[in-house]
Amino acid sequence: MTTSMAKAPNVRAVETPGQRTVYSMCGMCAVRCPMEVTVEDGRVTWLQGNTKDPAIGASLCAKGAAGLAFEFDDQRPQTPLIRKGPRGGGEWRRVSWDEALDYIAEKLHATIEQHGARGIALSDRGGPFTDLTRTFIHALGSPNYFNHDATCGGNVHNASRSLFGFSHAELIFDLKNTKHIVLYGRNIVESIMVKEAKAFMGAMANGMKCTYIDPRASVTACKATRYWQVRPGSDYALNLALIHEILKQEIYDREFVAKFVDGMDALREAVATTTPEWQEEHTGITADQLREFVREIAVDAPQVVFHPGWMTARHKQSFYVSRSTLILNALMGNIEIPGGLIMGKSPAQYDRKGLNALTARVAPVEEPRVDGAGSERPTWDPAIGMLHRLFAAMETGKPYGVGAYFAYRHDPLTGMPDREAMLHAMEHLDLLVSIDVRYSETAWQSDVILPESTYLERANILFQANGPVPVFGMRDQAIAPRYDSRPAWWIFREILRRMDIKDTLDFESIEEIWDYQLDGTGVSIADMREAGMAVLAEAPRFIARDEIRFRTPSGKIEIVSDSLLKAGLPALAPYSPHTAPTGDAFTLLFGRPATLAHGQSLNNPILRDIAPEQELWIHPDRAGPLGITDRASVEVQGAGKYRGTLKARVTPWIHPEAVFMLHGYGATVPLATRAVGVGVADQRLQGGKLDEFDPAGGGCALTETIVRVKPAATGGLQP
Amino acid sequence: MSKYILQHDEPNCIGCRACEVHCTSNKGLGPGPSPCKIVSAGPVDVDGQPRMHFTFMPCFHCEEPWCVKACPTGAMQKREKDGIVFVESSICIGCKSCITACPWGTPQWNPETNKVVKCDFCMDRVDAGLKPACVTKCVTGCLSFGVANEVPDPRRERYARFLLAEAAREVESDGSDKP
Repeated sequence: MTTSMAKAPNVRAVETPGQRTVYSMCGMCAVRCPMEVTVEDGRVTWLQGNTKDPAIGASLCAKGAAGLAFEFDDQRPQTPLIRKGPRGGGEWRRVSWDEALDYIAEKLHATIEQHGARGIALSDRGGPFTDLTRTFIHALGSPNYFNHDATCGGNVHNASRSLFGFSHAELIFDLKNTKHIVLYGRNIVESIMVKEAKAFMGAMANGMKCTYIDPRASVTACKATRYWQVRPGSDYALNLALIHEILKQEIYDREFVAKFVDGMDALREAVATTTPEWQEEHTGITADQLREFVREIAVDAPQVVFHPGWMTARHKQSFYVSRSTLILNALMGNIEIPGGLIMGKSPAQYDRKGLNALTARVAPVEEPRVDGAGSERPTWDPAIGMLHRLFAAMETGKPYGVGAYFAYRHDPLTGMPDREAMLHAMEHLDLLVSIDVRYSETAWQSDVILPESTYLERANILFQANGPVPVFGMRDQAIAPRYDSRPAWWIFREILRRMDIKDTLDFESIEEIWDYQLDGTGVSIADMREAGMAVLAEAPRFIARDEIRFRTPSGKIEIVSDSLLKAGLPALAPYSPHTAPTGDAFTLLFGRPATLAHGQSLNNPILRDIAPEQELWIHPDRAGPLGITDRASVEVQGAGKYRGTLKARVTPWIHPEAVFMLHGYGATVPLATRAVGVGVADQRLQGGKLDEFDPAGGGCALTETIVRVKPAATGGLQP
Repeated sequence: MSKYILQHDEPNCIGCRACEVHCTSNKGLGPGPSPCKIVSAGPVDVDGQPRMHFTFMPCFHCEEPWCVKACPTGAMQKREKDGIVFVESSICIGCKSCITACPWGTPQWNPETNKVVKCDFCMDRVDAGLKPACVTKCVTGCLSFGVANEVPDPRRERYARFLLAEAAREVESDGSDKP
């Protein structure tokens, strides 16, 4: 029933001899920076940023630079593998693609028999290529596509939709002209997006001010003009007081607000008593400090931007943190002006045609989502879902059972809280498939591992990004795969063909898919290959103030939103204060260094070599009474059985109520020899957190985790 | 010294260590050797604000390099035309004399070849009219390279821009105080 399995479906030019430049996109983290790859006789010799895109130039971060070490590393799945023995037992059988795919199809049929097609789910890490994964899962007849936003940007995404009718990702910062940026733990220079880090540092060098708010002083705090060490989880109280003071002093853009903001009465009511004095005990910031800040931004407005964040899966009011942060931008009147937040534009706004979507080839799935997104949970975007509810459904069979789960380049056992709870839920699955380029924690527990070709060895579908100027982007294939791997589009096509769904991805090559996507756009594959992208307009065009329309029912920024009303949730909830943990109890915070992307980097030979030692940041006022000294070994334990030992870093640059550690450590896969057993897995300390989430935004409440800390028994470094 | 200058503009550096990997990646090195190095310290308290210090340590390409004098085989050399200090791998015997001799710890041991490797400003790239790998791909552009006195000093330019931004703020501030 299928064509030859023997050869990977390479792009036509991949074996061209001599030296050439291929335009690609980095695959070393989920940012996917545009890049140029120099290939000499079929071997990659040089990676750099795509110099045709002036926002990045040749720059790449350390992870991107370690792409060559990744490519030449043998420690990755090299053929399809089917599990022998129990899940996680580490016994595998090397199989052909035919056998692996037939096995998957057989299991999918069994799942459909038992649960219906809706019992099949897939998660990925979001981003530019989800048109393919959504198409795959919808073609199977299931609504259950998920991205990783339950532990990333879900709260801010949904908060933005509730206000503007579109995602925060469609508000693009014009940092070059910004006078003051406010960051709520958005660690721009360590959780690096190269373009953003470059623009941020460039703007700082030009005199932009930065107020950085975080219980821990990250490197970004060290670059800021003002650092506020707030109490953990208190950012919402701070915002309510800021809005109170800004309204009281009337330093907001009255013209913009009158024209574009609906529901100011509700806003005034929500902040009626949240004075600068009120917030003092919650945040630890004095009323004077807050008023001084407000005076400062009054001078710099409207070129003042409040960053709504990306990773906002923090606590149960994170949705309202994001919502109030976005409201602060609206009060500044910074939307669609230089130095403010520029609205993303579609090709149609420049009289151009956008890419043809693959999802247009599938009938919409009417079945309700398993997580209730868009139905029982009106504020959750059904386009991205909330992955923790999938695990709940696996566990309970409610609202319906789930039998098959594809983790596509996604590692929930590292990215989501409470590994033990997830493993238990996954016991109910008939089929767990990981499609990946590495041995992830989830891959190791899977029934089938399908090796995807690396980002240098594969081409992806084209993508469209609606920025100030819309662009099409491309990841072309630089080299032939080193092992028996396949690109995602081929893998999904082959599974669909085996399920007798032949029309949806009926393409023989990636070029055929590109032709379909580009049809009628006036852009050709050859155009795309010139620069790895096609810019659809000469220069960005601001929408005239009178013509701005938001994608809400009223066309305005809606403080009071229908979706919140339907969910029975207030426009801005009253602040829920946190009790300060005492004794040996601390709020656990986590973050990343510039050299690691979550769990996916530590097994890279070069990145492992320069990885920072994982330490537990702890304040001296709290460490002292516990007998913990700097560099001593400490033991950390969460709500579950899991505990770990690491070195203490006793420092005043962490709030006394919190401890901090780097994420991405504590791997268990034996075949990832450089990462296995190194450090402590913070997500495993988050016991019980798989079922705790922000009801409005849906994101996990990761930083509500409480851990207990004590000197390690075997540390041997105690005085 | 070599005729070149490799400038590190510390206020614009984020300590991301991309330069180190750009270097080792270009030289095809595995774990271990680090011909250029970012050494981070902090946070420390500077007027109540947290501040990190980042020191960039490539090779200084000394006028009278101790590593060259220490090398028994002539593998370690100073290039006549521009003063770049480099090691000719084919005649390095791996005795590590240069590593011992250098006061800055610049020459690195490559365990894969059992020889020394060091920062040579990527002289093959320089000869091709390009810049060293670390400079070419630096995230923020805090590294710059060129013939000394011909590359602009980012510190002077930044200070001037900072004064301009402050002046603009004062003008606006005065304006808003008026009725």
